[in-house]
Amino acid sequence: MTAVKEIQYQGEMHLLQKELMAKYYAEATAIAGGNGKKCAHLLIAGNPVELLRAFDVLPIYPEVNVLQIAVRHGSLPLIQKAEELGYAGDNCAYVKADIGLFHSGYSTPFAQIPKPDVLVCNYVGCNVYLNWFEHLAEMVDAPAMNIDIPFIRSADGEPSAADLTYVVKQLEELIVLLEKVTGKSLDWAKLTKIVERSARTGELWAQIKDMTKARPAPYDAYFDSVTMMAPLYCLRGTEDGLRFFEVAHREMKAQMEKAKGPLPEERFRIVIEGPPPWPKLRVFRDMFSRWGAVAVASTYSTVGGLWEFGFRHDPAHPLESIARHMLSANVCNRNFLQRYEQMERYVKEWEADAIVIHSVKSCRLFSAGQGDMREHFVRDLDVPTLLIESDIEDPRYFSEAQLRNRIDAFFEALEQRRVTAGKTLQGVASGSATGVVGVGS
Amino acid sequence: MKYAAGVDVGSTQTKAIIVDERGAIVARALSDTGAYLVRAAERAFASALEQAGLRRDQVGQIIGTGYGRFKVEFGDAQVTEISCHAKGAWTLIPATRTVIDIGGQDTKAIKVSDHGEVLDFAMNDKCAAGSGRFLTNSAEAVGLDVSEMGARSMTAKQPVRLSTVCTIFVETDILTYLAQGKKVDDILAGVHGAIGARTVALVRRVGAESEVTFTGGVAKNIGIVKAVEEKLGMSVNVSPDSHYTGALGAAIFAMERVLAGPAVTSQEVLA
Repeated sequence: MTAVKEIQYQGEMHLLQKELMAKYYAEATAIAGGNGKKCAHLLIAGNPVELLRAFDVLPIYPEVNVLQIAVRHGSLPLIQKAEELGYAGDNCAYVKADIGLFHSGYSTPFAQIPKPDVLVCNYVGCNVYLNWFEHLAEMVDAPAMNIDIPFIRSADGEPSAADLTYVVKQLEELIVLLEKVTGKSLDWAKLTKIVERSARTGELWAQIKDMTKARPAPYDAYFDSVTMMAPLYCLRGTEDGLRFFEVAHREMKAQMEKAKGPLPEERFRIVIEGPPPWPKLRVFRDMFSRWGAVAVASTYSTVGGLWEFGFRHDPAHPLESIARHMLSANVCNRNFLQRYEQMERYVKEWEADAIVIHSVKSCRLFSAGQGDMREHFVRDLDVPTLLIESDIEDPRYFSEAQLRNRIDAFFEALEQRRVTAGKTLQGVASGSATGVVGVGS
Repeated sequence: MKYAAGVDVGSTQTKAIIVDERGAIVARALSDTGAYLVRAAERAFASALEQAGLRRDQVGQIIGTGYGRFKVEFGDAQVTEISCHAKGAWTLIPATRTVIDIGGQDTKAIKVSDHGEVLDFAMNDKCAAGSGRFLTNSAEAVGLDVSEMGARSMTAKQPVRLSTVCTIFVETDILTYLAQGKKVDDILAGVHGAIGARTVALVRRVGAESEVTFTGGVAKNIGIVKAVEEKLGMSVNVSPDSHYTGALGAAIFAMERVLAGPAVTSQEVLA
């Protein structure tokens, strides 16, 4: 047995993603250059991007900008800049990087980020995010709207009729604001068309996610999902966005039919909870690849929307379906028991061997309860579960030796249990069996 | 007779163990890790060979473990110290189902199967609070050697309560108590109590199943063993070879490879 060397699969999907995202950022840069078009800054969690697109307002996600900077190893100076301004050491590092980016002139290696014409805080589940957008509104002097999205409190994960009405009413207020910002009235036919494209995108994405039930999974539902998540949020509702998912669907289906996976050998099927450590993405991925571990499902790929359990946008009821998406069809707004249930379904229906929880040091809100989560899966459901911690954005929290130690030990244990099955030195010595150890590297 | 070795390059000390094919220890060696991990590993292994009266080529397989496991360059494979402590503790005391290991910077609780396999584990994260280094700093603060702490704390009459298990701030806490005229023995008992409480909280995360075996260098401190036992409400095994548990586990894994033959020895040396 040797350590698995990762296949860097670069199909049409990856090339098209690069091309379309470059186009998207060129558009952003053009707005920053003063081409007269408008943009909004908004958040990933249950994003109401369809409404913005209906007004030709370009959606800009500060989270997507700063995570890309982190992948390019540029996040720390921005974080430190925010800390110099007085942001606390343990404040959300996404927030600090974006504040630092603003104070560095919004200049990135991939785009000049335009200042928002309007700020849409579409996720209030995180109080730090609320403050973030309030700070931005003050700094850039743009109108801001906080859409109050109640947490899902019901056992079945469905929003109440009152919840839906409450959010729809606020979306109507957002329409008024967008009309004021753009000087246009809402074109309902255009919105319907966009919502229809989102519905088809959601259907394709849900089918793509279902494909990792195959053995081997045709792609890594954590690390490769990231490639698909950028178009899902930045381009959803556009023709480009839909085309991307048609190509991705065709390509992943072909991979599946050829029984090809992201690694030469799929030794472990895992579910990953929590966002990745962007500053060390490559190193982190290799820690799993070398054990032949492939993520067959991930909760992170559902932060902006959860389509695999049936939700679709509805062109017949655009505002209601956008509200439903914001309320219950994204992991951030679901309650903890629903998060458990989602992961349990992944383990059972996607036939995973284990769960890995990557906890985020600078996000206590999303990470709170993950210790209990681990216990729930280990003790109540007997699913081997590893809890590790670093950060989404701050490289100072990434301790490579500690992470490697825990990840190696976890897979050693899984492998030992699988291979030795009770055959130990005593057995070997009496000539009855063999023992095998996990291989470190 | 066939032989195999385990070399545990820890944050503070490097341990080497050679076992024979029955799994019996034939040599044990210890050296300070220092800044040159490769040399520390070689030194410990060479010393173990000398003790056993063996040549290098008589040792069939060598496994490196500990934080410096990738620096055991003469080794055939690496296994984490989590797996090795489980295997080592189970080898020393087969009834072990829970392992507590306190090393220089790490505290671990490991749940072990009746075959010595890791079922679950929990560790301290990014902070050496309550680990071996905490003890060393505490000993320095009261002007003692770390090896004297255990016995001294046993005569404590009124253990103090420390406000911290922070390896850095504990010194301030201790100085405050010294300034108040508290007895050294009482302060040391407070130090051990704080470590005991923190360790037991970690053990509860994996579940404290009998028998519990305490491994790692800190297990030599009787004060901490007693504090853990008291907080846990259970007795705890400490082997005279507790310090070598990780190296022993690695050596046992290495012997499994020696005895398993070609099927396993085809494993490559990965670095």
